[in-house]
Amino acid sequence: MAAAPSPLLLQVQGVHKRFGDNVVLAGADLDVPRGTLVTVLGRSGTGKSVFLKCLADVMPADEGRILFDGRPLTIKDAQTRADFRRRCSFLFQSNALFDSLTALENVALPLEQTTNLSDHEIHERSLEALKQLELEKHLDRYPGQLSGGMQKRLALARAIVTRPELVLFDEPTAGLDPLRRNAVFLMIAKYQRQFGFTAVIVTHDVTEALVASDRVALLDKGVMHFQGTPAEFSASSDAVVASFRDSAAHLGTTLASIRAGADIHSED
Amino acid sequence: MVSTLGHHSLALVHGLGDFAMFTLRSFQAVLSSRRLVRRVARSMFEQGVRCLPVILIVGMFTGLVLGLQGYYVLNRFGSESLLGALVSLSLVRELGPVLAALMLVGQAGSALAAELGIQRNSEQIAALDTMGVNSLGYLISPRLIASLLVFPMQTALFVTVGLWGGSLSGSLLLGLQPGVYWSAVERAVGSADVQECFIKAATFGLLTIALCCFHGFNTHRNRNASGARGVSASTTRAVVQSSILVLAADYVITSFLV
Repeated sequence: MAAAPSPLLLQVQGVHKRFGDNVVLAGADLDVPRGTLVTVLGRSGTGKSVFLKCLADVMPADEGRILFDGRPLTIKDAQTRADFRRRCSFLFQSNALFDSLTALENVALPLEQTTNLSDHEIHERSLEALKQLELEKHLDRYPGQLSGGMQKRLALARAIVTRPELVLFDEPTAGLDPLRRNAVFLMIAKYQRQFGFTAVIVTHDVTEALVASDRVALLDKGVMHFQGTPAEFSASSDAVVASFRDSAAHLGTTLASIRAGADIHSED
Repeated sequence: MVSTLGHHSLALVHGLGDFAMFTLRSFQAVLSSRRLVRRVARSMFEQGVRCLPVILIVGMFTGLVLGLQGYYVLNRFGSESLLGALVSLSLVRELGPVLAALMLVGQAGSALAAELGIQRNSEQIAALDTMGVNSLGYLISPRLIASLLVFPMQTALFVTVGLWGGSLSGSLLLGLQPGVYWSAVERAVGSADVQECFIKAATFGLLTIALCCFHGFNTHRNRNASGARGVSASTTRAVVQSSILVLAADYVITSFLV
């Protein structure tokens, strides 16, 4: 009888990463249940992207274990790593689209290079992914000819075309205005439900993350300071969580003090 | 001073080892590369068709100058009839492969290094790795295979145009009989010369394109410059080192084949 699949698709245990003397990750842990949308929050420069790249097997961790579907990803186990890459997609902050390929070619690329599908099947599946992301009118356009939102959708189309079980999003809303931020989170949540993949997002947009996610984690000083549901995050009385969560309220209080002419002492 | 010399020597050995492994892995990646023929054809277009004008122009002028200089030198000894031999042997054995390679490095090699550098900086290469696509197999292997085909073809074209340039100089401008010129060409050039020409062209192609790819692909490893400056630095390094490599390799191959 086959063993029941682990409820956790991804487990990160004590991951360390340093660059010279700069310790970025000092034993970060994360549990990602199957079929959920997990958001990793953290201030800028806390190593969220490095953490995600360690998860994606793009950047090797110095120490620690990453288990995918219960199996550890190790340098020596090429088979498990290849299987992981086949079942996982990564969305870069910059989208990392091939600027010399059209939208259709960009989406077809992972299928062309990692599967044995025929040209016709690849075309059909790429077209289907582009239609699902409402980009079917822009098949022959190059990424540079698309708007920022369309590029984001194109990158997502490329990520889902291989039908992955896990999609990792690196700061998908960086540099976007609040309306576009909402739109991107909605898009991720919608397609995550529609396609049923497990998603890990790193961001510093608290409000959107709390609304869209099933679970939230907070990375601070190289370790995962908090892991739980959005409700638990909102109710937490932990000082670090509170300072991050209530930053907007804190800004309001500070501004009120400035207007009142009081001395300001930054917490940083 | 000894320490600095040692440091630089070690860095050089390390760099050569890296380059050799990069080239070897790129060839190994051919085995796992999919739709390789299509990508080789695209690379051949990039390296070949786009460089055609410069090959034709430089080839023609090289032949014209050789014809002009050769005619006046040979005229001193009353041996103008040997102009065809002088032009053809100079072009086939030395100038054709070397100049064609230098032109291709300047045009295709620099573009290649810059393109790969930008792809590295914009995380396109990292994206390939996350997709499970072998980035060496996808980006480098087709270009190396293309270089083995394109450089000899471009060199042949360079030599042909150069011979016509020499003929133009000798016959049209200086009054040498075309038949005398072309019969001297036919008598002078043997199959060993043509073989040497193609061996050189293929070797220069592989070495220079591999070096340009190596520098572009590893732009992020440059400690002294990053971003656009990093791309600029790796492109410059690729072109300069490739040009030197062509001349050095020319000497080595010639000394073995002469």
